Amino acid sequence: MTQPAITTHALTRRFGDFIATNAITFEVAQGEIFGFLGANGAGKTTAMRMLCGLLKPSSGEARVAGFDIYTQTEKIKQRIGYMSQKFSLYEDLTVKENIRFYGGIYGLSHRQIREKTGALLGKLDMEKEANMLVSALPLGWKQKLSFSIAVIHDPSIVFLDEPTGGVDPITRRQFWDLIYESADKGVTIFVTTHYMDEAEYCNRISIMVDGKIRALDTPSALKQQFGAATMNDVFLQLARAKS
Amino acid sequence: MKQFFEFVKKECFHIFRDRRTLMILFGMPVVLIVLFGFAITNEIRHARIAVLDQSQDVLSHGLVRKITASTYFDLAENLRSEKDIMPAFKKGDVRMVIVIPGGFQRNFIRERKAAVQLLTDASDPNTATTLINYANAILMQYQQEETGMKHLPLTIQPEVRMVYNPTLKSVFLFVPGVMTLILMLVCAMMTSITITREKELGTMEILLVSPLRPLMIIAGKVVPYILLSFVIAIIILALGAGIFGMPLKGSLALLLLACALFCLTALSLGILISSVTNSQQTAMMMSMMGLLLPTILLSGFVFPIESMPLPLRVLSNIIPAKWFIIILKDIMLKGSGLRQIALPMGVLSGMTLFFLVVSLRKFNIRLS
Amino acid sequence: MQPIVVQHISKSYGKVSALRDVSFTVGPGELFGLIGPDGAGKSTLFRILATLVLADKGQAFVNGKDVVKDYRAIRREVGYMPGRFSLYQDLTVEENLRFFATIFNTTVNANYDMIRDIYEQIAPFKDRPAGKLSGGMKQKLALSCALVHRPSVLFLDEPTTGVDPVSRKEFWEMLQRLRQRGIPILVSTPYMDEATLCDRVALIQNGALMRIDTPTAIVEQFSTKVWAFRASDTWRLIRDLRAYPGVESCFAFGEFLHVVMNADPEKVKQDLITEGHTGVAYQPANAGIEDVFMALMRAQTEIS
Repeated sequence: MTQPAITTHALTRRFGDFIATNAITFEVAQGEIFGFLGANGAGKTTAMRMLCGLLKPSSGEARVAGFDIYTQTEKIKQRIGYMSQKFSLYEDLTVKENIRFYGGIYGLSHRQIREKTGALLGKLDMEKEANMLVSALPLGWKQKLSFSIAVIHDPSIVFLDEPTGGVDPITRRQFWDLIYESADKGVTIFVTTHYMDEAEYCNRISIMVDGKIRALDTPSALKQQFGAATMNDVFLQLARAKS
Repeated sequence: MKQFFEFVKKECFHIFRDRRTLMILFGMPVVLIVLFGFAITNEIRHARIAVLDQSQDVLSHGLVRKITASTYFDLAENLRSEKDIMPAFKKGDVRMVIVIPGGFQRNFIRERKAAVQLLTDASDPNTATTLINYANAILMQYQQEETGMKHLPLTIQPEVRMVYNPTLKSVFLFVPGVMTLILMLVCAMMTSITITREKELGTMEILLVSPLRPLMIIAGKVVPYILLSFVIAIIILALGAGIFGMPLKGSLALLLLACALFCLTALSLGILISSVTNSQQTAMMMSMMGLLLPTILLSGFVFPIESMPLPLRVLSNIIPAKWFIIILKDIMLKGSGLRQIALPMGVLSGMTLFFLVVSLRKFNIRLS
Repeated sequence: MQPIVVQHISKSYGKVSALRDVSFTVGPGELFGLIGPDGAGKSTLFRILATLVLADKGQAFVNGKDVVKDYRAIRREVGYMPGRFSLYQDLTVEENLRFFATIFNTTVNANYDMIRDIYEQIAPFKDRPAGKLSGGMKQKLALSCALVHRPSVLFLDEPTTGVDPVSRKEFWEMLQRLRQRGIPILVSTPYMDEATLCDRVALIQNGALMRIDTPTAIVEQFSTKVWAFRASDTWRLIRDLRAYPGVESCFAFGEFLHVVMNADPEKVKQDLITEGHTGVAYQPANAGIEDVFMALMRAQTEIS
């Protein structure tokens, strides 16, 4: 058994008096699709930033891809990919230029970039759009492209922050095809979403309420545990119970 | 009317909650005035000079004493021969060399014509010209003193007096200049930015869908900035008077009226910019490039308009700042009344009206 | 009189056509949903109805008034919540609300009954700057601001986008209560599951309306048989089913895959087991709005 992709122990982050992330402890296995759910303001983004090495924790421990999040953030950043709904691609660069840029900043060679570009455009069926400005692409295409670029340097873990918001139902599923495919190759996927049907596509999910992880298991086990028919009901039960 | 006050109140909240911008708005006039007043002055004091006196008589000694007695020049060294001139310049600290040829006194008295050679380091042409001017003035004065003493006939005695600014203080030019610059910045740039900010935020959509008329939206956004810029104008005037002894010969009321008028002109420009742009960034760039640079370069604030080529002189007429600087100088230094400044006031009013009409027509009742 | 009438509206931006010949009517007191992904043309339609954008072709009426000629009258009567969060981030909750009341020439107190339900939920934070509210609370404040002048029609453009499921549910409960007061509401959303909460919906994609009806009727009229499959390895199942002869489409839906096919499901199951799948199960799927939407989308692409 390989070492887990992510381990955290009592990971905490405070902002003044406010505890955004309160002693969360979990493990994500290599190649797992891990759904990280929670209401707005429950502390998901804070936790994700700490794991990506963008924010120092107040206390607790965590290792990402085997590296310590306090001291080895540079190493972590080389091993992870990141994509969010808000941070997308450079709209005023073409598809190809975006790919070349991100390949370049992760230190891929010219030949690697050329090969990756060809393979990526072929997979997304976007050869014709290669020289189009990103701003001219439909949202769903942008998101698929954005994901493919996030994994261009073959990271061992990809963080996805609400990657499918507002995307049409077919493209949303094509996006998940990409996720499945990556996971199948052993890439660990750490994803947040507001679509509860997408929660079902994950191997395991955690639900955060007010900075704490209140539930963590496979979707079917959670539904059984809460006696709910859908993940949406599980979520509502948990998030509503707080007040 | 209540709608209007509420709008103004909201705008004031925006202004006063943005501490950093507010600090810049009020700090900038002070910094600029001090900078221009003390540091970036084109007055030259204690310039080091060298003298090559080949005459060594009473009159030449008197001339050297006269020159070095002024605060403008300090004698660095006495040269012995013409060969020393270039090395003196090359050492770098000597700005001007005065060469008095032999027989200075004799020529002066007998032939009523004596030559003096002034050599300056023209690698900095502005300084060189200024030094020559100072030296010339001193030479003229010395000549008058000496000729007057000898009661020589047939000499024309030019009498130069610097009126309005007898001590040639550059601060008197910079205070009006800085004031113009700041008012332009606050009024035009801040208004264009605050209006485009609403467009970027999406709140403009809601305002447009409300029963508010476009005129009301614009007025509501602009009024607080008029007040703000008026306060800043007064701060600059007070600084000018308090620190630099800037006089106010004309009427204060007229001066304030002129300031108010110029604020309006700048605001209308700001509104015009915001009506043709949709992002804060573009609005800022347009204000910088389209308003601030011409204000600095073409208003006569830094470079004298008289010495510009004809096309630029013509162009300077459409720069509101040029007219405002004229008004300010006339009122403060000459004590002009409304009648004397009617032309520039009229030009500014005309411009304001023009900008307002154009921007109101451009301001859309819809989004696109 | 129908509160909202849209007749053959078209609008293009350059070469991109945002709306193509869109027509529909919203009846008195109706909660009408415009369902479609980002970029389908929803916001353009809202802006045309809110008199902010002029259509290239067609007409639209709000409360019987023309959106072009009577724009001023319409602006007094509608409540509009634009797609992105459009409140002043540096003003507090209370200041925002009072400001929007005043510009509509009214006061918060005069219409407090209108917003009481919603505003009471955010009242504890009334001194907090709007920019520091959580997503769900921002939406509630925006709705309060859109309601504070007692509008007779409500336009809500994607009020629940980016908001978590709990806040979304609460938001829809508020809309149900507003509907009971008889205010017609036009609301757009990219979340297909929210369609069932509307009286009637229009499915919109690429600027065209694909279907207008009640959510139940839309689902009932969907005649295609959909099967739900599952197996332990979902990703392998997706690939194998898509490669299976006779399978038209296969997409993940929650824990199942929804499969449209011309094949005997029992035979498919046996073949899958032979191929080494474990935990294979199937059942007839309860097709929902999303299935219909996807089928219509495919039909639309085939035509064009």
